[in-house]
Amino acid sequence: MAAVTLLEARALTRHFGGLRAVDGVDFDLAQGEIHALIGPNGAGKTTFVSLLCGRVPVQSGSIRFAGQDITRLPAHARVRAGIAYTFQITAIYARLSVLDNIALAVQSRGASHLAAESMAALDRVGLASRADMLAGELSYGHQRLLEVAMGLALRPRLLILDEPTQGLANSEIDAFKDLVRGVVPDMTVLLIEHNMDVVMDLAQRITVLNFGQVLATGTPDEIRANPAVQSAYLGG
Amino acid sequence: MTGNAFKVWALHLGVLAALLAAQFVLPAYHNGNLARIMVLAVYAMGFNIAFGYTGLLSLGHALFFGAGLYGMGMLVALAGWGAGAALTAGIAAGGAMALAVGLLALRTAGVSFMIVTLMFAQAGYLTILYYTPYTRGEEGIVIDRAARVLLGFDLSDDGVRYFAAFALFAAALLVKLALVRSPFGRVMVAMRENEERSRMLGYDPFRIKLAALVLSGIYAGAAGAAYGLLFGYVGASFASIQYSILPLLYVLLGGAGTVLGPFLGAALMFYLIDLASGITTAHLLVVGVALLVLVLFAPKGILGALRDRGLKWLP
Ligand SMILES: Nc1ncnc2c1ncn2[C@@H]1O[C@H](COP(=O)(O)OP(=O)(O)OP(=O)(O)O)[C@@H](O)[C@H]1O
Ligand SMILES: [Mg+2]
Repeated sequence: MAAVTLLEARALTRHFGGLRAVDGVDFDLAQGEIHALIGPNGAGKTTFVSLLCGRVPVQSGSIRFAGQDITRLPAHARVRAGIAYTFQITAIYARLSVLDNIALAVQSRGASHLAAESMAALDRVGLASRADMLAGELSYGHQRLLEVAMGLALRPRLLILDEPTQGLANSEIDAFKDLVRGVVPDMTVLLIEHNMDVVMDLAQRITVLNFGQVLATGTPDEIRANPAVQSAYLGG
Repeated sequence: MTGNAFKVWALHLGVLAALLAAQFVLPAYHNGNLARIMVLAVYAMGFNIAFGYTGLLSLGHALFFGAGLYGMGMLVALAGWGAGAALTAGIAAGGAMALAVGLLALRTAGVSFMIVTLMFAQAGYLTILYYTPYTRGEEGIVIDRAARVLLGFDLSDDGVRYFAAFALFAAALLVKLALVRSPFGRVMVAMRENEERSRMLGYDPFRIKLAALVLSGIYAGAAGAAYGLLFGYVGASFASIQYSILPLLYVLLGGAGTVLGPFLGAALMFYLIDLASGITTAHLLVVGVALLVLVLFAPKGILGALRDRGLKWLP
């Protein structure tokens, strides 16, 4: 893949006290790929992507996104620059309507036809008929879907999904996979995922994190065949 | 226009029409009361923009009310400004004061924000007392009848005063209705509901909250300046802690995060105190009991409770 690099992180580090949550990570994302980030619980996956999207301040190292150094850019400005993050723990506005939730994402990128584009964004994930419900009244699966829809509605260049299929039924997972396949190569997707079937189905490349460090990066086949990965994670 | 939009406009225009008509029906005593209530409701509406919609619980709004009141009053009394110019300056003073306080206080949140705003307001109150030669301290400034003429109308006349209060209230209500139904209004609510989520949708929490606080200060400043002009008195007690708590009570009673709640709360509280003080000297006790009942049975205020029980469209 002779692709353009969308994002590059160098020696990215974040410690919490003595805990090396992210410890000198070098990482590249190619434009238009689906890149999965896997690793055992507590490996530092969420912390790592939080550094990328600005939720957690970088301790040392640097991040370039679309040719620009964003290491010190505040989170909201990174969103404007094209990095969207969907939360591992569902974070929607439970007391607002589904339509208001999506409209907040649509208007953030400056839409000209707010109402129509909001409905279109809901339609894309099959939630249009629930537009007037309170988001908190949606089923768990639909709440996850709304969260993803809000990320998509920002029309980011990079969409970071933090365990999006957690708690979804199998039928919902299939629909989700189709959804993600449909957004590339317009968007680039960085996917944190524990479900190995989803990872192997979707990802073109996989990075394995362990104890805050990169254990391996490669295609799904390379990762499957990697003995270090097998002993740390896959085999276990 | 959708069905809900029709209901919203019908309700709010209906309330305004009723208030306009009330002037010709009610006895003079209630006319005076209602004029006062409408101005205080503008103050509470401003408080509601910060507290009810954006989730900023300030305990120092008397500073913004006082900025409007004294900004207007001192320009009239000391510099001989006309009512219109002084009113405009008072409104600007409320907004500017909110901007200055917000730039510092919005670095904090929650309880710290409450304390910092309280301290700022207390400092403002003490400043008014300290500069007694200019502000006339405890005694206050009486605005001459001659100075209370706006666009040729004599504001000390009961009928004119009612109409002036109504005009201010109507403008404030309609602007607020448009505001909370606008995309920016939605972002204010988003800040209240989940700041971290809003940040990750690309909204800068500091700027959004600062903008909401300045709008809130403009409302408070307008109410303060109008109060001084309409009732002819500018006093330090209006900048005291009591006047920071009052709009909070009005808003809690009527319904935080509702457009008409502040007016309803102000009216009910006003007449509750009025009634209670006719019966007992312990009228504050009556108010306290009323608030207790409210918190126990309708924690979202009257309109908040109605919104939960079927009137979902209520803005
Ligand atoms: N704000 C924080 N303060 C202190 N420690 C933290 C903080 N955030 C994360 N950690 C710790 O850093 C480590 C990495 O956490 P992180 O959430 O990044 O892991 P993860 O790979 O996403 O795990 P999971 O698969 O369970 O989501 C964990 O040990 C966690 O307890
Ligand atoms: Mg995680």
